[in-house]
Amino acid sequence: MNEYAIFRVIWWAILGVLLIGLAVMDGFDLGAAMLSPIIGKTDSERRVVINTVGPVWEGNQVWLILGGGAIFAAWPMLYAVAFSGFYFAMLLLLLALILRPVGFKFRSKLPSTSWRNFWDGALFVGGLVPALVYGVAFGNVLQGVPFTFDNFLRITYSGTFLGLFNPFALLCGIVSVSMLMMHGGAYVACKTEGAIRARARHAAGIAAIVTIILFALAGVWAAHLNGYAVKSFAGTGAPSDMLAKSVTRVAGGLMANYRAVPITLAVPAIAFICALLTLLLLRRARRPGLTFITSGLTVAAIIGTAGVSLFPFLLPSSSNPSASLIVWDSSSGLLTLQIMLVATVIFLPLILLYTSWIYYVLRGPVTVAHIERNDHTVY
Amino acid sequence: MDVVALSRLQFGLTALYHFLFIPLTLGLAVLLVIMEVVFVTTGKTIWRDMVKFWGVLFGINFAMGVATGITMEFQFGTNWAYYSHYVGDIFGAPLAIEGLMAFFLEATFVGMFFFGWDRLSKVQHLIVTVMVAVGTNLSALWILIANGWMQHPVGAKFSIATMSMQVSDFSAVLMNENAQDKFVHTAAAGYVVGSMFMLSISAIYLLMGRHRAIALRSMTVAASFGLASSLAVVSLGDASGFTIAHDQPMKMAAIEGMWQTEPAPASFNVVGLPDQADHVTRDALHIPWALGLIATHSTTTPILGIDQLVRQNALRVASGEQAYGALETLRATPTDAAALATFNAHEPDLGYGLLLKTIDPVVTDATPAQIQQAAWASVPPVATVFWSFRIMVGLGFYFIVLFATLFYRACTRKLDSARWLLYLTAYSLPLPWIAAELGWTTAEVGRQPWTIQGMLPTALSVSSVPAMNVAISIAAFVIAYSALFVVEMFLMVRTIRQGPGRTQEAPILIKNSPILPPASQPASQPAE
Repeated sequence: MNEYAIFRVIWWAILGVLLIGLAVMDGFDLGAAMLSPIIGKTDSERRVVINTVGPVWEGNQVWLILGGGAIFAAWPMLYAVAFSGFYFAMLLLLLALILRPVGFKFRSKLPSTSWRNFWDGALFVGGLVPALVYGVAFGNVLQGVPFTFDNFLRITYSGTFLGLFNPFALLCGIVSVSMLMMHGGAYVACKTEGAIRARARHAAGIAAIVTIILFALAGVWAAHLNGYAVKSFAGTGAPSDMLAKSVTRVAGGLMANYRAVPITLAVPAIAFICALLTLLLLRRARRPGLTFITSGLTVAAIIGTAGVSLFPFLLPSSSNPSASLIVWDSSSGLLTLQIMLVATVIFLPLILLYTSWIYYVLRGPVTVAHIERNDHTVY
Repeated sequence: MDVVALSRLQFGLTALYHFLFIPLTLGLAVLLVIMEVVFVTTGKTIWRDMVKFWGVLFGINFAMGVATGITMEFQFGTNWAYYSHYVGDIFGAPLAIEGLMAFFLEATFVGMFFFGWDRLSKVQHLIVTVMVAVGTNLSALWILIANGWMQHPVGAKFSIATMSMQVSDFSAVLMNENAQDKFVHTAAAGYVVGSMFMLSISAIYLLMGRHRAIALRSMTVAASFGLASSLAVVSLGDASGFTIAHDQPMKMAAIEGMWQTEPAPASFNVVGLPDQADHVTRDALHIPWALGLIATHSTTTPILGIDQLVRQNALRVASGEQAYGALETLRATPTDAAALATFNAHEPDLGYGLLLKTIDPVVTDATPAQIQQAAWASVPPVATVFWSFRIMVGLGFYFIVLFATLFYRACTRKLDSARWLLYLTAYSLPLPWIAAELGWTTAEVGRQPWTIQGMLPTALSVSSVPAMNVAISIAAFVIAYSALFVVEMFLMVRTIRQGPGRTQEAPILIKNSPILPPASQPASQPAE
């Protein structure tokens, strides 16, 4: 492989790492926000759930910002097509994300019950909508979205907002919601005690069952969807011109990689195995730390499954398949990929290091007593 | 309005809104570090209470800055898709590095700042606060490297195959003097905002006779830091003017409202009424020589007026028309040697050729009148830039005077003896925000009609989305952001009303009560 191709593959993998980072880290915040009205029976219990993520959600949210920035820098055309094409979905995501800081900061400032219930609802929506939008976006990417380019590579997008919410995409959206509820529940179970922990475990267990069933259903459905196959392209090291290739639609195209390289079936297999392990550990009420890890691995493997199914596609075009974005023709230049890799290699380990330190300092459960003692300083 | 006007409106609204929070975050973060250093070195707990109190306000503001910042990042993709692809290679990199180097740092440690008081040692907590401040400032550095590149695109080369700009020299992007000037100027402006915020709220406390000990110490810190920052912001703004005169002569001419080239050294129009239609600035009050000295730091270098710059640009539009025609040929037949030669000869003017696109969609058959029209389209809205700049500069000098007065009174321990000064300080609260927003306006409106100076016109940068979509998203942002503003103000005002007391343990409450005789502590020497 030529150097440019190697860097493109590396950046395809980093894109995966960043999306997994977002789902695993910010995912449990979203899950906890969705679960707090369900597993918190009293005001203090809800505050316990909120405060398990209180000190860390702002840092976790940066995975979204970094993901956006990295797509912008490494895959500019993917950034341009996906963000402008999914215009209202992005708007919905942004508005939902605004609910979170406001909800966290605002909820416990006044003692009124209806006030607090209102903000609990806002936090629930602020968790549910992003989780749903992420999944729906994946569902649409897997099916392809209708866009093409003119000769100067100006995008024409012919889809509609409501068209994004087609049945398969909605199924993916629900997989995303249930998977993050499972993950959020596993996290809350790690950070709480007693009745709250028991309820978090119970809720996460139900979410795990739903995830397993719906993920299997989505897999069967995806096998019967129209996929895409690259017939010819300018080369793995050619400059990024999206119009220099030809792509055809093929039935079952999303399964092509699994047929060609059977070992890749390990990725969805890991998703099922880890989800089952998570369920088992939740039922047995043992090893909350390990449960969180298996649940995180489930999330990672489900996202990895989508990535493996698509490769080398990043975003297939359903209206003009030959305008699809693939790994070999949508990246930025070699120099940008190299510079960005250097920055990532330096800073990502540092980020993991100080984030770990933060979690180490914050170790131990959040309790009702702790909340009531620190009424004015916690969320 | 068309999609370009609506997209600009939305970007302007959301950016100005986002920029309400950012300067305060920048300034307060550094002030928190200063106060916490005093606490750690002296061990006096009142300084910890100050850090906690101002920290609560910092936290409210920080969360808003992050929430509105995600909108800014995503908006390049949603509303400026052609821009995103055209320059993502260069512009995306600083944004991504900003995430890696700065956002993670500030956002991860900001949680520890609030929740870490009982779990960390004094020094550990100070390190956390320093990390937050370093993160916010690094974040400003990277976004201004990105913005500096929009103002003065260096280290990049257009690629025909990819229809985008490719990095050719990344160190030139990093070392871009426009970016460096912008960073120090903007960071210092943020410090002025943070200082004024602390000064005004403390002045209100002193006027109400509440929280004297904390208010006096806060004012002392903020007056000294604010004085240094306001001096920096003006002198660094001057450095910025010097680079603008060099890199963006049209922006400089617009700032000055100078339609005709004057013999060097040019005079400075203090006030006047720029008239875009007749190409004159009416009723101008001149200071001889001043502009020439400020903008070129010499008495002999002439500064070009708008008329002459337009004449130059007309030549570049005609040349760009050639580049555009050759590019069209090359996109269809990449091997056409004649077209490649033409393109290479005219490539630096391609952006000016693109200016024709909105006037004559075919571009290559433009009439001389259309070329003139395109050249005149390269002039930004002069009156907006002219006045934004003047109000900003006027406020900048006001801050120096105010902070110097407060600093002098802090040194002589007479901060609360003149109520008029406290009232003046309290009512000055919104002024640095106005100056900051007008600074943004000068820089960004002054760059029009370009998103990338001389390379990509704003009108071509937009996404191909229906104008109605953008109108709906503007409405959604206006509603959501108005609600957010109400929430933010409610929380801020409520926290300020409650005062520092709520964040303190009981013994300190007594120590900090108004009964304490004034200035019984060496309040005016925070650095010891």
